[in-house]
Order: sequence, then C-alpha cells, then structure tokens
Amino acid sequence: MSDQTLPETEAPGIRQARPGRLTSLLHGSETLRGLSLLSPTLLFMSIMILLPFAILLVMSFWTPVGFEFDTTPTLNNYREAMERPIYGALLERSLRMSGIATVATVILCYPMAYYVAFHVHRNKMMWIVLMTLPFWTSYLLRVFAWKVVLGYEGVINSALISVGVIEKPLEFLLYSQSAVIITLAHAWAAFAILPLYVSLEKIDRSLLEAATDLGDGPVMRFLRVTLPLSLPGVISASLLIFIPTTGDYITPALLGGPDGAMIGNLIQKQFGPINDWPMGATLSIILMLAIAFICAVFILLTLFVRKRIS
Amino acid sequence: MTEDAFISIRKVDKHFGKVQAIDSVSIEIGHGEFFSLLGSSGCGKTTLLRMLAGFEAPTGGEIFIDGQPMSDVPPHMRPVNMVFQNYAIFPHLNVRDNIAYGLRKQRLSRNRRHDLVEEMLELIKLPGFGDRRANELSGGQRQRIALARALILRPKVLLLDEPLGALDKQLREQMQLELRALQRTVGITFVFVTHDQEEALTLSDRIAVMSQGRVLQLDTPSGLYETPHNREVASFIGTMNFFDAKVSGVNGARVEVEAAGLGRINAPARDRRYVEGESVQIAIRPEKLELTADAPLDSGISVQGSLENAAYLGERSHFFVKLDGLDQPVAVSAQNREGATIGTDATGPVWLNWSEASVVVLTSD
Repeated sequence: MSDQTLPETEAPGIRQARPGRLTSLLHGSETLRGLSLLSPTLLFMSIMILLPFAILLVMSFWTPVGFEFDTTPTLNNYREAMERPIYGALLERSLRMSGIATVATVILCYPMAYYVAFHVHRNKMMWIVLMTLPFWTSYLLRVFAWKVVLGYEGVINSALISVGVIEKPLEFLLYSQSAVIITLAHAWAAFAILPLYVSLEKIDRSLLEAATDLGDGPVMRFLRVTLPLSLPGVISASLLIFIPTTGDYITPALLGGPDGAMIGNLIQKQFGPINDWPMGATLSIILMLAIAFICAVFILLTLFVRKRIS
Repeated sequence: MTEDAFISIRKVDKHFGKVQAIDSVSIEIGHGEFFSLLGSSGCGKTTLLRMLAGFEAPTGGEIFIDGQPMSDVPPHMRPVNMVFQNYAIFPHLNVRDNIAYGLRKQRLSRNRRHDLVEEMLELIKLPGFGDRRANELSGGQRQRIALARALILRPKVLLLDEPLGALDKQLREQMQLELRALQRTVGITFVFVTHDQEEALTLSDRIAVMSQGRVLQLDTPSGLYETPHNREVASFIGTMNFFDAKVSGVNGARVEVEAAGLGRINAPARDRRYVEGESVQIAIRPEKLELTADAPLDSGISVQGSLENAAYLGERSHFFVKLDGLDQPVAVSAQNREGATIGTDATGPVWLNWSEASVVVLTSD
C-alpha cells in the first residue's frame, strides 16, 4: 500500500482532560455500568423484598408461645400445614379459582386487545385509556360495585325478576366461588389487556400478509402466526393475574362467603385474630412455592406448545 | 400480445379516499416473462403489485391471471406468491418451517415435504441451513429464504416487492444475477417492483415506467434507454442531455429541428408524426457524444464549445461542455481508452460530435 504516515495531531496549548479512574473503570466495563444504573432500584428491591422475605422465612421455623416466640428452629409448622386438611384444601381451592379467573380474563381480554391492535387505526391510546378507565377507581370500590351487581336484591336479580325470567332471587350469585371468580376476572382485566395489546401491536403486519399469501385463511393465519407471536403477551398477562389473585383476600372476604374463602383469608387471619404469626409465615412460604412451581410448569408448557404448533 | 397474455391488467383504477393511486392502467404480461414496474416512491407500483397479490382491491377495472378474473378471489386462494420488501420471515420458525409454511394445504407426507425443502435449499444455495433460526440469518440469506418459501409452491406468478433494496451494493449485484438465472430455471412469470433503474434494466424482459399512477412507457430495457417517449422517462432512466428545439422540416423517416445550442440538425422520426413549427425537445445520452480537439470533417453533426469541467471516474471520465445559447453545460461521458485525445486536464475550445441515430426527439405530451 502506501508509506504515508499520519502527522502528529497533538496540538500544543490544548489541555486534554484526563478521565478519572472511576470514570475509566465505568467506561471499561459494560456490566459495571449496567449495575451502577440499576443500583438504586436494586438497593430498594433488596431492602423492601428480600428483607421481609428473610424475616418471613425465619419466622416460619418459630413457634408461638403466648404473645412471644420460641425461636428454636423447628419444622412443626410445615408438618402441621401438611397434616391438617383445611390448609391443603384452601390452597387447592385458591389455585383453582384464580386459575379459572386467569383463563377467563385472558380469553375475554384477548379479543379487546386484538381489536385495538389490528382494527383501530386512529386514537389507539384513547381506546386503551378507555379500556382501563374502570381501573381508575379503587380496588375496594370495584369489589363493592360487584356486590351491588350480584347481590340478593342486586342489579342482576332485580332485572331478571322484573323481566319475569325468575321468581325468586338467585342465591348462588353472591357469596360463592363464582362471585369471586367473576369479580377477579373483571378487577384484573387491565393487567391482561396491556401486555396482550403490546405483544399484538408488535407483530409485523407483513408477516400476516405473508401467511395469507402462502395460502392461510384467517383462522389458520391466527393459529399459526398471530397466536404464537403473541404468546409472550399471553404468558405475561397470565402470570400478572394469576400470581396476585391467588393470594388475594379482599375479594373473597367481601364476596366469597364461607364457600369462597381463599388461602389469603386464612393467612390474614393467622397474622390477625388467630395471632399465630409463624403459621401465617409458613402458609405464605408454601403459597409462594406453589405459585412458583405452577408458573414454571406453565411457562415450560407454553414454550413446548409453541414449538408444536409451529 | 392480448391473445396469449398471462396476466392482463385492464383499465385498473385505485383510489385511497381522494388520492388516485392508480389511474386506468392496462398492462399485458406474457407467460414466463420477467416484468418490472419501475418508478419513484409513490408512483403506484407497489399498489399495483399488491392488487395482483389481492391485498388491495381495484376501485375499477379487472385483473386476469391465466384467463381467470381475480376480483372475487381472496389473496390466500390466488395462484401468486410474493416476496416482501422486508422478506417477512416468520421469526418463530426455523428456516425449514419457513420454507415449508405454504405446503400445509397440499397434505404431503413428511418425507416428501422434507425432500422438497431440501431441494429448495439446494436451489437457493443454502444447503444445511434448515435448522437455523430466522434471527441467525444475514440480509441476503433472508432474501433467499423468502424466495424459496414462495417458489416451493410453484406459483403461476411470483411477485417481488423491491426484494434487493435492503442489500448492500455488491450483494445486490450478485443477487440480481442469481435472480435472473433462477427465473430462467423455474420458468415462472416474475413481476418485479423497483425504484432502481439499473436493476430494472439488468433484470427485465420488459419494463413499465410508472409515475403518478400511470404507465409512462412500456418497453424493453434497450427501448426505454435508447428511445424514451418523453422527458420524464428519459430523465428517470440514466442521464440525459436535453435541448429545447422547434421542428423546422419533416422529411419521411427524418425530422429536421432547430435546437438551442446545436443549431439545425437531423434526427430519426421513429414512426411519429411531427408538424412544422412544433415545440419539441432533443435528447442525447452523454456516452453518445464524443469530444475532439479539432473540427471533424463532416460539419453537419458537430458543434464547437468550451470545456468547462471534467471529472475522472476510473473506467470513464465525465466532461461538461459549455455551448453558446445554453445555460446548462452538456454532459459527455467517455471511456478512458489508451490514446484518448482529450484528457481531464484539458481546457479551452473543443468539438462535440454525435451520430444522427443517437438523437431522440421528445414531444411534450
């Protein structure tokens, strides 16, 4: 090539700022930079989540003695939780009810999110805001609203009676598992619509055209392209609803009655009227493990199914 | 052409609200032809292609493919397949499943399907790529997968929407050759949309130059380049020198014009009628002009000017010559052969020469 050399560019009189050691250290390592950006959140998270969790975990090995604790570690609480059927039954019921509520919410919200993502072309944000409008009121108010709707002399019963479909009010509407499921499915809808909308909105329209071009009608196209590509949204929506609803205690307390009580109610009672904090802690840990297990199975299953459809 | 036209676009209109995207376009495309729609963005070429695919419905007119009217045929039932501008490779599928996507309807055995895909991978020179995921592919590879995915269905027509636009220059030129070879191998009619005139000239059997929803000229590549019908086509394809002129005499196959800067010159009439006194434009390609230092013997087809500017481009040089009576200098392109009389360092008076056959007369329609 050429034997040309670049002239020395160092101009006299211009002082170059030397980077400090910390700055060069931060610029050198991407991981370190990432961590330092994360650190405020990380610090907050570790104090506010890990610490209470640690306390809960430690406490679950204690025994209550009057108003004090016997701090010798023991597995008695766990043994009791396994042996007394009430705990298992309540846990199973909670998981089942919030499972049904989760499936119902995702199935009901998917068409809404789909509609806004694919068929609304202007003011999409307004549609999303309108859909989340009911969630601007407090959770408690929404639960009470459902109490009014489902009640013995509530909206549904009075309407059905005045039309003449039924003669006596339907009693199963309120204070039942179905009441809790209906309320949960509505109360958490916003948490399903948003992730579903985001994942559907992200799908490249030319992929749908390509599927059509390659011979798929609307149904096959949905099953082979739209659904698999929106699976991340379905998974996150499901988890976002399933996890908090399993431990919910407000809705079952207000609408569930004796049949609709969930594990959250029991945990709350352990820390409240029953005053057995170690047992409450044990149940919380068991609930957490159960949820973690189910979520892991769910995620693996969806990934497997996704592989199979495609 | 009408009798054996494979694709027949008849008086097709398309409105988007008040915007007329396609204005009464009629095109006939033959079987096995490599046909290009060429134009700048917004000229309607992509809209026309999407109407062939069925993604847009014509507002008026009818499209026939292989004799069948297409207006009631939904896109997934049409005998056409498309290669999309961004390739539209399914990100959740691997290469094999992408290519086999459209085979579902044919209910083939697992083995047969596998063989077809392998055959396709051979054809696009990507054997052994079946298990790769879409995000592990380069632009050129994605482009080939998109081609294979469409070709495996043996469509009657393959539609290509600027498929080479996203590739870098070298890869694009390589893909152009491969695409042309592929089209000859499979013998399928290709309809190709591009804004790149060089690409259209290289690939196509025939080209429709479009502007504002209408076809300006439909011709072979050399026809478009050598004898453009109007100024828009002439300036869109290659570079061109234009001279305002007036017809001063019509003489059978020749027309005599009085052109600004060139004087009274002759040009071939090319089967068109001219009226004496009619305003026209004269066009001459830069490479059809020749520069000499001395006056040539035949003074009828040369004019003196002064060399204003020159640029050396490696294989060729560009010269800009100022002529009396013209504001714009005339561009001349010359191959850098040994013994060229005029170098890029030359200045001063030069002679501009051309042959009568290279003069094109453009009417102002």
